[in-house]
Amino acid sequence: MFSLFKQIGVMLLICMPLMAQAAEPQPYKEDQASSAVATSELYELSQQLIDAGYREKQALVETLVEINDPQTLKFLQVMVNGDLYYRKDDRVIVINEDDAITIFFTGESITLENKRDIKKISVNNKLRTLLRGGIARLQIFSNNLELRKQAATNLLKSADDLDEATLQLAVEKEKNADVQEILSLVQGIRWLEADDEKQRLAGVELLSGSLYPDVRGALANYVRAAEADERSTEVAAAKKALDKIEAMLTANAVVENLYFGLALGAVLLLAAIGLAITFGVMGVINMAHGEMIMLGAYTTYMVQQLMPEHMGVSLVVSIPAAFLISGLVGIAIERGVIRHLYGRPLETLLATFGISLILQQAVRSIFGPLNRDVGTPDWMAGTFMINPALELTYNRLYIIIFSLLVLAVLALILKRTLFGLQMRAVTMNRPMASSMGIRTGWVDALTFGLGSGIAGIAGVALSQLTNVGPNMGQAYIIDSFMVVVFGGVGNLWGTLVGAMSLGVMNKLLEPWAGAVVAKILMLVFIILFIQKRPRGLFALKGRAADMG
Amino acid sequence: MTMNKEITTAQEIKGGPLTRMLLNDAAGRKLLIILALMSVLIPLSNVLLPEGSFFHVSTYTMTLLGKYLCYALLAVSVDLIWGYCGILSLGHGAFFTLGGYAMGMYLMRQIGDRGVYSNPELPDFMVFLNWTELPWYWLGFDQFWFAMVMVIAAPGILAFVFGALAFRSRVTGVYFSIITQALTYALLLAFFRNDMGFGGNNGLTDFKDILGFDLQADSTRATLFFASGLALILGYLISRFIVTSKLGRVLVAIRDSESRARFMGYRVESYKLFVFVVSAMMAGVAGALYVPQVGIINPGEFAPINSIEMIIWVAVGGRGTLYGAVIGAVLVNYAKTYFTGAFAELWLFMLGGLFVLSTLYLPKGVVGLWAQLKEKYSSSGGSGPDENSSSDDSAVIEEGRT
Amino acid sequence: MSITRPKHIDQPTVLYMDGVSVSFDGFKALNSLSMFIEPGEMRAIIGPNGAGKTTMMDVITGKTRPDSGTILFNNTHDLTSFDEAQVANMGVGRKFQKPSVIESLTVFENLEMSLKGGRSIWQALTHKLTGEKIDKIDEILSMIDLKDRLNTDAGSLSHGQKQWLEIGMLLGQEPELLLIDEPAAGMTDEETMKTAELFKELSKKHSLMVVEHDMDFIEALDCKVTVLNEGSVLAEGSLSTVKNNQKVIDVYLGR
Repeated sequence: MFSLFKQIGVMLLICMPLMAQAAEPQPYKEDQASSAVATSELYELSQQLIDAGYREKQALVETLVEINDPQTLKFLQVMVNGDLYYRKDDRVIVINEDDAITIFFTGESITLENKRDIKKISVNNKLRTLLRGGIARLQIFSNNLELRKQAATNLLKSADDLDEATLQLAVEKEKNADVQEILSLVQGIRWLEADDEKQRLAGVELLSGSLYPDVRGALANYVRAAEADERSTEVAAAKKALDKIEAMLTANAVVENLYFGLALGAVLLLAAIGLAITFGVMGVINMAHGEMIMLGAYTTYMVQQLMPEHMGVSLVVSIPAAFLISGLVGIAIERGVIRHLYGRPLETLLATFGISLILQQAVRSIFGPLNRDVGTPDWMAGTFMINPALELTYNRLYIIIFSLLVLAVLALILKRTLFGLQMRAVTMNRPMASSMGIRTGWVDALTFGLGSGIAGIAGVALSQLTNVGPNMGQAYIIDSFMVVVFGGVGNLWGTLVGAMSLGVMNKLLEPWAGAVVAKILMLVFIILFIQKRPRGLFALKGRAADMG
Repeated sequence: MTMNKEITTAQEIKGGPLTRMLLNDAAGRKLLIILALMSVLIPLSNVLLPEGSFFHVSTYTMTLLGKYLCYALLAVSVDLIWGYCGILSLGHGAFFTLGGYAMGMYLMRQIGDRGVYSNPELPDFMVFLNWTELPWYWLGFDQFWFAMVMVIAAPGILAFVFGALAFRSRVTGVYFSIITQALTYALLLAFFRNDMGFGGNNGLTDFKDILGFDLQADSTRATLFFASGLALILGYLISRFIVTSKLGRVLVAIRDSESRARFMGYRVESYKLFVFVVSAMMAGVAGALYVPQVGIINPGEFAPINSIEMIIWVAVGGRGTLYGAVIGAVLVNYAKTYFTGAFAELWLFMLGGLFVLSTLYLPKGVVGLWAQLKEKYSSSGGSGPDENSSSDDSAVIEEGRT
Repeated sequence: MSITRPKHIDQPTVLYMDGVSVSFDGFKALNSLSMFIEPGEMRAIIGPNGAGKTTMMDVITGKTRPDSGTILFNNTHDLTSFDEAQVANMGVGRKFQKPSVIESLTVFENLEMSLKGGRSIWQALTHKLTGEKIDKIDEILSMIDLKDRLNTDAGSLSHGQKQWLEIGMLLGQEPELLLIDEPAAGMTDEETMKTAELFKELSKKHSLMVVEHDMDFIEALDCKVTVLNEGSVLAEGSLSTVKNNQKVIDVYLGR
């Protein structure tokens, strides 16, 4: 666990300069003065390429790599992809990318009357190898860290693109530890094919414990070759290295599932916190709880429609908006219906179920039965890399943080505010609270509003993860009840532990049993659990429970 | 004087179970007569009268009514546990559906080699999934008697195991409701899976015949209608026998004050389990009669909303009366058929409204409303509201205690 | 508190408790409680709030399992291993503080249900009302004075009548030992005295344990008194001895 956090921390540190790098101005800036000359040199060479045979092309490419021109890299890349063409009538070099034609040197896009107006500058395998090597060299010595990293990662796939000496030079010159590590891995892969057994073993040593899929592939190939030649020491060493990698990958999978589990737990937590108030604290079975979540999600959608330009801001604005709307609907439900049914839990259950049907149909009538698209701001998307074989998505991380935040705020409201105090007083001893001048009716309404409002906030979060449709609430109602009942009624801490453990258990079961069976197993587990501990994980015991 | 009154009362109660069952149940008696007449006359009119005749009941209408009869039996089974014992099961649809699947499996095996793939042994969906052998739990379903045993046994066993666990650990009230809902939800998910061997989300359908009779034939439909009516009458009588016996009073005692029943020496969990299992079996029979009439059974029947809808039939009709459940089931389902046909959008508003209004304003359902109105018009000084409020108070006290 | 097991187990007791402890979340509701009741004895239990009176009843009747200790009924059955229904069927009846009758059944039906025997499902299903049973109900009815309310729903009885009906239901169970929780609460003075008379009458046939706050009522009962405090026995003896006990005075008047 700790090492995971450490890794996350390290990753964040690494990511920051990365982002900064990306925004940096183009490299070769200092060469701009000579740019015009260089371009003409590139231009000259490109014109010669048009008429050259393959052998001549090789010579031309070798010269190309040597010239110092910012456009060379692009030129080589276009060429290796087979997208480099020229116009027959005026010998202008063009790029033909999926039938979109642009002039290489000006970037101007043109339309062709006839496809035959342009002709491909063809490449063969030998040229391709040469081009790839050239590209790799240009990239690996580039000033752009991202580019170097990209190149190094590509080299893992085709370690032979660079010759030994250049590779060695690159490793020595590289200042970034990450890229240097990748480059030395590339060296390791090359050594696997060395003639000297010692060097091959050194390569194995170098590769052991690396999580790059290509390294694993190279080692696997090497084991096969070594087995064929009956080089037993090498087979043993390579297998050991592979085992180490496998073990690390297994650990990775567990970490990933844990992360998914925590994220699912966070979703469950968000869905259940509101219920922990209305059911846990007030004892009201609100079957329309899922619809409060749905209202929150639709509020997010509405707010986004109002400010389509500001995705991120709209999401932030949605939070109080959803809280207000779901909360007000909740208060209306409490005043209109539930108030008349206190002390009759089964009737409350039925009436609120009726309300849930009405709300669903209302939303269906207004917004239509289809799911609505709620946009996700850019900062929610994307992943962060823990190690080469494990990438985690940001949106899950945000949901986990957000759910904990909501829980913390709620706990503060309950513990530290006058309203929280009154609320607890009313639930513990209604007549006493009433005789001390607390308006119990209003406390009931506001408490219910608070629970519903939090469900609305959960809806905002869920709109970022799942489909927003009239039936979305239904998916959460059973889960939410399970969490609250599992965690122990009337106990926020229990709700947190309940949600997280159910989420994690579910995700850990999933790879082993499949999603549906995992879900069924969870339900069966909870059903059995309630038999054993009818009052949940963190139950109030003894007389307090009897009175409650 | 008091002594005299005492003896007469005792004598009256002493009159044996049959008298208790029927003599004190005027409304139920009327209902039974109507049901008996319907069960005989409607099939006869469908089969014997010509299509143009005024009294001819079309096969469509008869099948629709047959469906309502199955729902009514289901409602009686719900009322037996909810109305009398206070057990609110939000998973009763699971038992109904299991009974339906047991019947569906028999009907599936009856198709034989007339399926699309002409496999004499395997139903089409299994052939489609490249299965080569009938799973063990499908064995025996080619026998009608075995399937009928399973119609009762499958829901019965599930109810027994689930109930034994739940009642023994004293899971009560809303907790019980929620875990029953989880139960049917879990079954829903399970039956959606293809490798469960129940046809996945398509379920079982394309039935051909039952006991050799063509399912599309009017005479078969008429017989099924008659069987549904008969099952409802029998189910009603069994339920009535239970609730008018001393056991019925124990159930009421458990509903009103579980701890009192315990301290009186009654094993509450055994009583709950008994009535829960009986109710589940009845629901299974209802499901089994439902399937050949509608021609399909699929996992959608396990959906939690179905189970909750059953509750509203009973609530609208009037819980704790049995005949109220029958009336409620027919009324609500008639309304559903009508409104989903005429104003589809409105139906969920209506159903939702029914839930809210019946719990707020009709605690005793239409049956209670009828009694209230009758009392009001006959003696214009109704004490109805008072009675209501007193029973509400007691419910509050009860909640406080448990 | 030198009650030792051999000394008392030799003599016949209807209820024998030794070292019974129960704790809820660290709070000791009963702390090594030991006491016994002789057959045919009537015993009053008093004690301040939280002394463990209700918990003691819960433990005896099988509602709560004690953490440790023995509870013997009639010197033979260890009550700690049975549930409420089994304990009730052995002959221990319990009356709650709040009247607890089956509100939607008639007085007659309430009593009929309470009659001893026929607790199994099959017996309940095939139950027949014999003349013998009617006589028994009659007898109870005249004892609790509810003859003319026979066919009334128990829910519409007055508070006092419900208390009496519940006592009647206990009698129907024909228990050897009756546990009664604050019977006089909410009763008029007249009803209280009537109840005291009834209990005295009952104690001829049954053993009784009465938890009560009302000192006048206890005085009227005229029996041995046990004072509970903090989950164990503080003092035992006649009401006058107990009243003069310094420890009892300390507890009731505050330290």
